[in-house]
Amino acid sequence: MSDREKPLRLHVPEPSGRPGHATDFSYLRLAPAGAARRPQLQVRPEDTADLAASLVRVLDDEGRALGPWAPELAPERLRAGLRAMLVTRIFDARMLLAQRQKKISFYMQCLGEEAIAVAHAMALRDGDMCFPSYRQPGLLVARNVPLDELICQLLSNECDPLKGRQLPVLYSRRRDGFFSVSGNLATQFVQAVGWAMASAIRGDTKIASGWIGDGSTAEPDFHNALTFAHVYRAPVILNVVNNQWAISTFQAIAGGERATFASRGVGAGIASLRVDGNDFLAVYAVSQWAAERARHNLGPTLIEWVSYRGGAHSTSDDPTKYRPADDWQRFPLGDPVDRLERHLIALGEWSAEQREALRRDIEAEVIAAQKAAERHGSLVDGRVAPADSIFEDVYAEMPAHLVRQRAQLREELAAGRGSGS
Amino acid sequence: MSGAGLPAISAAVPMTMVQALRSAMDVMLERDPGVVVYGQDVGYFGGVFRVTEGLQEKHGRTRVFDAPISEGGIVGTAIGMAAYGLRPVVEIQFADYSYPAYDQIVSEAARLRYRSAGDFTAPLTIRMPCGGGIYGGQTHSQSPEALFTHVCGLRTVMPSNPYDAKGLLIAAIECDDPVIFLEPKRLYNGPFDGRHDRPIVPWSKHPLGEVPEGYYTVPLDSAVVRRPGADLTVLAYGTMVHVAEAGAAEAGIDAEIVDLRSLWPLDLDTIVASVRRTGRCVVVHEATRTSGFGAELAALVQEHCFFHLEAPIERVTGWDTPYPHAQEWAYFPGPARVAAAMRRAMEA
Repeated sequence: MSDREKPLRLHVPEPSGRPGHATDFSYLRLAPAGAARRPQLQVRPEDTADLAASLVRVLDDEGRALGPWAPELAPERLRAGLRAMLVTRIFDARMLLAQRQKKISFYMQCLGEEAIAVAHAMALRDGDMCFPSYRQPGLLVARNVPLDELICQLLSNECDPLKGRQLPVLYSRRRDGFFSVSGNLATQFVQAVGWAMASAIRGDTKIASGWIGDGSTAEPDFHNALTFAHVYRAPVILNVVNNQWAISTFQAIAGGERATFASRGVGAGIASLRVDGNDFLAVYAVSQWAAERARHNLGPTLIEWVSYRGGAHSTSDDPTKYRPADDWQRFPLGDPVDRLERHLIALGEWSAEQREALRRDIEAEVIAAQKAAERHGSLVDGRVAPADSIFEDVYAEMPAHLVRQRAQLREELAAGRGSGS
Repeated sequence: MSGAGLPAISAAVPMTMVQALRSAMDVMLERDPGVVVYGQDVGYFGGVFRVTEGLQEKHGRTRVFDAPISEGGIVGTAIGMAAYGLRPVVEIQFADYSYPAYDQIVSEAARLRYRSAGDFTAPLTIRMPCGGGIYGGQTHSQSPEALFTHVCGLRTVMPSNPYDAKGLLIAAIECDDPVIFLEPKRLYNGPFDGRHDRPIVPWSKHPLGEVPEGYYTVPLDSAVVRRPGADLTVLAYGTMVHVAEAGAAEAGIDAEIVDLRSLWPLDLDTIVASVRRTGRCVVVHEATRTSGFGAELAALVQEHCFFHLEAPIERVTGWDTPYPHAQEWAYFPGPARVAAAMRRAMEA
């Protein structure tokens, strides 16, 4: 080895903040509210490169809506959005508690990410299909899905529409435009593209919306989705929710160091935007822009929503083991609920009294829904779908081998009761 | 003969397996506007094996089209299309290249109906040329059927002749379950019994090369007795059906050859009835032995025919090695190896 040649060194990215010392959020590439331009719907993908490296924001720190992306949303719509975000948050808190009380086996919150799913859903139309990950319950809340039906799934009880086959939060709601959530990451991202291709093949007017987290962009299906969406100009919105964390892994390990996830879209020939995910108005405006592009046959749009995972990854996770305990409080883009409330107050459309009344209403609504759902049993009391229903829906019609296995299980169950066990 | 006893629906004409498969897709593209066909080189060029030749020209680019080289993308988008309500028929160029799509096949297509309790379904067909005997080497010869028969929620099908190929493919496309449709590429242009030193015989000389031009189906869960016999039962599918016939002739054994056609779910009644009558069973497949589909067949026969068996169940399979190139005929389970197993079963 010559003097000039130093030994090679493997680079392993690390977050700046760890338990006990604060995160340096300067890596986030922030931009002031109102600064990012709003391109024409017909923008060429390569002409969005600057926006993929910047940040679309509407709401400033005083709650003012600034710049070309400020949407025209009536105060009632803003309050509806605020309500849906709060329902999502209070529902999450209540279900987290229910999990700690061992009423449900598992739960995942979306604390801090409520604006993204809620405002996005409000910008879509009935009939558009979302292909969510496990952290977009706001899509369901914004579409007014009865909470007790969701809780029945969480409890795996007799009224669970999925018959106890799926882990809690892996909902499926076709009629609400919410595709069946899979435990396998990223798979749904390319399926969304296929759904959109189908809509185009049939000359329909519906669009698809695919969802993925920052960590899962490393899966091959992320790249498959971008390639197919670009090649066939599929009417799809490709949402990357960058909440900075994949369980314990900082987004730099997913490939986010000195790069944005939005820029991947530009590289694949897809119009791409990077957006403040905690800014309800920006989420709504950009989602509407992307939906209009898709509806006008102008092709797919990739959106990186910059946000922060406010809570633990799941009820099986303890984030104090790998990140600062006060990280969310220090996150520069704040809390989406607070920021929209500040905006409504600035407009003279909201008050502290209304805020307290709304929270009380929602608390009561969620508690009532939980009680209604618990009347149908739970995993704990064993009031679940019949054991022999496990053989149904494997195929359209039950094949002979499953009929035999069902008969065997029925015999086992009958024998078990006979012996008193 | 599978053609016997079926109603004559339209005039039968000689077809190769390639032509029969193409005809099945043509018929279904015509009958059902939800059917779409795509895959690598499937559109303009008509497929590397010509199975989709002319379909794009006839049915248009939005029904039959070329895809990027991305098996995961092909199957993943097809699942999304199926969830929308289409009936995609997608091609993986070689079964050896299905592995990048395995997550989508196993975790998604196979489970969608179950995990959503019927809220969403995946009525798609995944065509894959499979099998060896063509000097294809390691990545153009594999028989990965056991990787699919093991997966609950999938149907796995493999035809052995043009008549079944068309009828099974139409049935697969119409089926509301995801179907893995394996096509033995060695049989595309003519039957092959493993005697590679003899001239190739075209399908036009074979009775099952007569194929109706219009719509018909072969049920997905039915095996067929290809050759009735009294001495022993051979369970085979794909190319090995023809090899087994040659092996029986070579051994001079009156073997009953059951062509499974549907690997899983399968037609257990036909298998059990045959083995209980003959008392002996030889399982033949090209795939490697250990944990291959033959192990499941042997177990089923053991469970359902134990007191009728007069000899241990024999398995004739590919060796437990990657598929070699230069040693093709030492690897491929040909008629001599099948004949030897038949003799062992008779002597036991």
